[in-house]
Amino acid sequence: MNLTLQIWRQDGPNAQGSMVTYPVSDISEDMSFLEMLDVLNESLIEKGEEPVAFDSDCREGICGMCSLMINGQAHGPEVTTTCQLHMRSFSDGDTITVEPWRAAAFPPVRDLIVDRSALDRVIQAGGYVSVNTGAAPEANNLQVRKPSADRAFDAATCIGCGACVAACPNASGMLFLGAKITHLGELPQGQSQRSARVVKMLNQHDAEDFGGCQNLGECAAACPKEIPLDVINQLNQDFLHSKKSAR
Amino acid sequence: MSELIDDLYRLGDPIADTKAPDGPIENRWTKAKFDNKLVNPANRRKLSVIIVGTGLAGSSAAATLGEAGYHVKSFCYQDSPRRAHSIAAQGGINAAKNYNDDGDSVYRLFYDTVKGGDYRSRENNVYRLAEVSNSIIDQCVAQGVPFARDYGGLLDNRSFGGVQVARTFYARGQTGQQLLIGAYQAMERQVAAGTVTAYTRHEMLEVIVVDGRARGIIARDMVTGELETHLADAVVLASGGYGNVFFLSTNAMGCNVTATWRAHRKGAYFANPCYTQIHPTCIPVAGDYQSKLTLMSESLRNDGRIWVPKNRDDCEKDPRQIPEEDRDYYLERIYPAFGNLVPRDIASRQAKNVCDDGRGVGPKVGDFRRGVYLDFSDALSRMSEAAIAEKYGNLFDMYQRITGESPYEVPMRIYPAVHYTMGGLWVDYDLETTIPGLYAAGEANFSDHGANRLGASSLMQCLADGYFVLPNTIRNYLASGPYEPVAEDAPEVLQAQADVRERLDKLLSINGDRTVDSFHKELGHIMWEYCGMERTEEGLRKAIDLIRSLREEFWRNVRVLGSADTLNQSLEKAGRVADFLELGELMCIDALHRRESCGGHFRAESQTEDGEALRDDEKFAYVGAWQFSGNEAGGPDAPILHKEDLVYNFIQLKQRSYK
Ligand SMILES: Cc1cc2nc3c(=O)[nH]c(=O)nc-3n(C[C@H](O)[C@H](O)[C@H](O)COP(=O)(O)OP(=O)(O)OC[C@H]3O[C@@H](n4cnc5c(N)ncnc54)[C@H](O)[C@@H]3O)c2cc1C
Ligand code: SF4
Ligand code: FES
Repeated sequence: MNLTLQIWRQDGPNAQGSMVTYPVSDISEDMSFLEMLDVLNESLIEKGEEPVAFDSDCREGICGMCSLMINGQAHGPEVTTTCQLHMRSFSDGDTITVEPWRAAAFPPVRDLIVDRSALDRVIQAGGYVSVNTGAAPEANNLQVRKPSADRAFDAATCIGCGACVAACPNASGMLFLGAKITHLGELPQGQSQRSARVVKMLNQHDAEDFGGCQNLGECAAACPKEIPLDVINQLNQDFLHSKKSAR
Repeated sequence: MSELIDDLYRLGDPIADTKAPDGPIENRWTKAKFDNKLVNPANRRKLSVIIVGTGLAGSSAAATLGEAGYHVKSFCYQDSPRRAHSIAAQGGINAAKNYNDDGDSVYRLFYDTVKGGDYRSRENNVYRLAEVSNSIIDQCVAQGVPFARDYGGLLDNRSFGGVQVARTFYARGQTGQQLLIGAYQAMERQVAAGTVTAYTRHEMLEVIVVDGRARGIIARDMVTGELETHLADAVVLASGGYGNVFFLSTNAMGCNVTATWRAHRKGAYFANPCYTQIHPTCIPVAGDYQSKLTLMSESLRNDGRIWVPKNRDDCEKDPRQIPEEDRDYYLERIYPAFGNLVPRDIASRQAKNVCDDGRGVGPKVGDFRRGVYLDFSDALSRMSEAAIAEKYGNLFDMYQRITGESPYEVPMRIYPAVHYTMGGLWVDYDLETTIPGLYAAGEANFSDHGANRLGASSLMQCLADGYFVLPNTIRNYLASGPYEPVAEDAPEVLQAQADVRERLDKLLSINGDRTVDSFHKELGHIMWEYCGMERTEEGLRKAIDLIRSLREEFWRNVRVLGSADTLNQSLEKAGRVADFLELGELMCIDALHRRESCGGHFRAESQTEDGEALRDDEKFAYVGAWQFSGNEAGGPDAPILHKEDLVYNFIQLKQRSYK
């Protein structure tokens, strides 16, 4: 395939960025999107131009490191991560625009890379069960009903990629947050801190400049792990409940 | 200085692990914990530890040491600790819970692991590993790790290659992710509490050694390019394995050897570098552009049957058209007792054998078809599609996404790929390297796996090291601290800074005409060809020559653009490849000197009449620990081999047989 790429280039956090056009040829449909960018970068280096900086690591769809708005969609046209998006999703002759995640909470770093550490700080605010090493009871003393276990698991599959934030017109991080609230809230282990957790994490979410949720659903539609939208309902319920129990 | 052996290396003094206690093996760890000194809570605040790596080993250690009240600085090269490569582990984690009452026990886990490692691991370490395995499961469940459960609400288990009991705990196909999220959350809790400081997008490029002790690191802030000095009372390397020396592997793109190699150059011995595990169930290579190989969890071998056509002429046919009697279920045929569940080294080698025999399937790459079928049609007729999807759904989806084929309809194709490195920094029972105050945990140490790692045992080792072993052993070292503070401008610190800067400047100034990746690919090719699944004296000698000239060309002709004071991914890669180019040579020397077949390391010169790997315990029942010896130009010179004899008092050395 031959393609025309329009890629956002930006030298540093405060530099002026712009779209730059690069033609690429001989792209195989079996390549992943990132392998296609590798091919572009090799050719740029050979020409003496600096390669395009982008994030990736596992290239297996699980670490959450890759990002990219592709033709205006988070992770591109399929419901998957960019590293698992393959060129068979495009056609010969296509023009493809490639941009970084854009959100106030994700400041730009360079080219296609942004800073997603806000997500870590939301977890620091309470996204855990407080149990010191060595203080755990025998595992099978805690039983978990299968439906709860399954729902907790589904929510726990969030990879922290930030696509939900990038896809949301308000750049809200509620899907990410709701996923963690639901994961821990479905399990007996998560109960004792349940109320405090939701309040602290929500406060941190707001302090990080994520936007508010208007239930538009763009987040869930873009989520590569198909985190269901109703984790946000769970979040809201837990929040209401925490106010009641605080009274 | 002793004489040069085979023109390649010298023999040094034997070494021994002097810290393991004696007495009955089941009491040793308890005794060690008791004998290790305590640090009172008020003093812990005055002590600091640097931990490089936030995988299972690093983040669990950071969380635990943070909880205890020490000051911890944690480093990783990704943008978040949660993205460490441990996240990619799919299959599961072992523990000797015996929840299925199928005859499991701590002793059996110990026995299986030593046998699985082809009797090249230490009894003491492995026993301890089996002993703490149960606490890992308790800890993770308490953190909210969503392990698979049965309808009664209790934990579910499955079995993995090389064992006959079901002792593997799993979380669908995402065990590593779920365990890492648990450890990451525990660590972030300590970040909030102020005991752990996390430095993300920071790459450690040098160890600082003062008065013979590890006292800090030089790290590069990968965003600003700034070189930072971090000092502490002790340093832990939990920086993962070096499988990416092969370029194509199942490892994440950023996995590298830099942290441990820099420590090696500063005096830490590197043990068993040539022990590479090749994993049998990966998606076969499809083209040159490929950046990595994808693993399909080995748990698939529980229900999938492996076969190739009996006749070469059938290799191009649609597998569904090949009748039962024309299929060779070669593992079930050769190893009836274990069948498709033989250990990884055996499954890998037999796959290579049938492909070398011209019976491989899938597209031709070069002249060869490198693939065998992993077929679920029997399982699909035995169980419902829904049941299969429940067990393996996400793996099937992943396969379909990459290859464009559905395993529900057509058998999967798999082929072995580089997966895990059993070698690493030599450590004693306390996980301390040969540099006092420098510890290595998880895949970064030469660890407990011998010449081959059984499935689901790395996650176990990483978490055992991080949650339970290291916090108890490093305490003994810290109890003699706080150590005399090191000044930021001490000569050793300034020297380490200058060395790093000089290296970076050198890489940027060469401005040759080959990209870093092209060197990396060429190195990987040499390693796979000559130091991969099958090795020969002649091939290894050839590889050493090839690597030396490639390294020479690298330092003359690599092209790294941009500057050091900004985010520069080519510069990051160049530094890592430079270290791989040195490690690769040591791996070949180690492989060459070990004239026996063992584990994933098959020496063609050492095999039984029916082509199985032939170990030589008389000559090689030792750990090979290498000391760096630099030449004047700063490159590696003939390394020095120190042997640590492996003594088996509790398990009888046997030729490994799965027949
Ligand atoms: C695809 C796949 C599947 C697997 N499945 C299983 C399984 O089912 N069961 C099992 O037991 N094992 C499995 N393994 C093996 C297991 O996942 C790894 O051995 C283990 O996770 C390694 O953990 P670690 O903590 O030692 O290092 P890693 O998780 O590799 O972490 C390394 C850390 O070090 C950091 N780092 C490295 N170098 C530097 C540097 N120079 N400066 C700063 N930071 C640095 C990285 O940022 C990272 O945080 C699998 C491996 C792969 C590749
Ligand atoms: S909720 Fe989905 S889109 Fe958002 S961070 Fe998690 S995995 Fe990514
Ligand atoms: S690179 Fe890990 S999810 Fe894409």
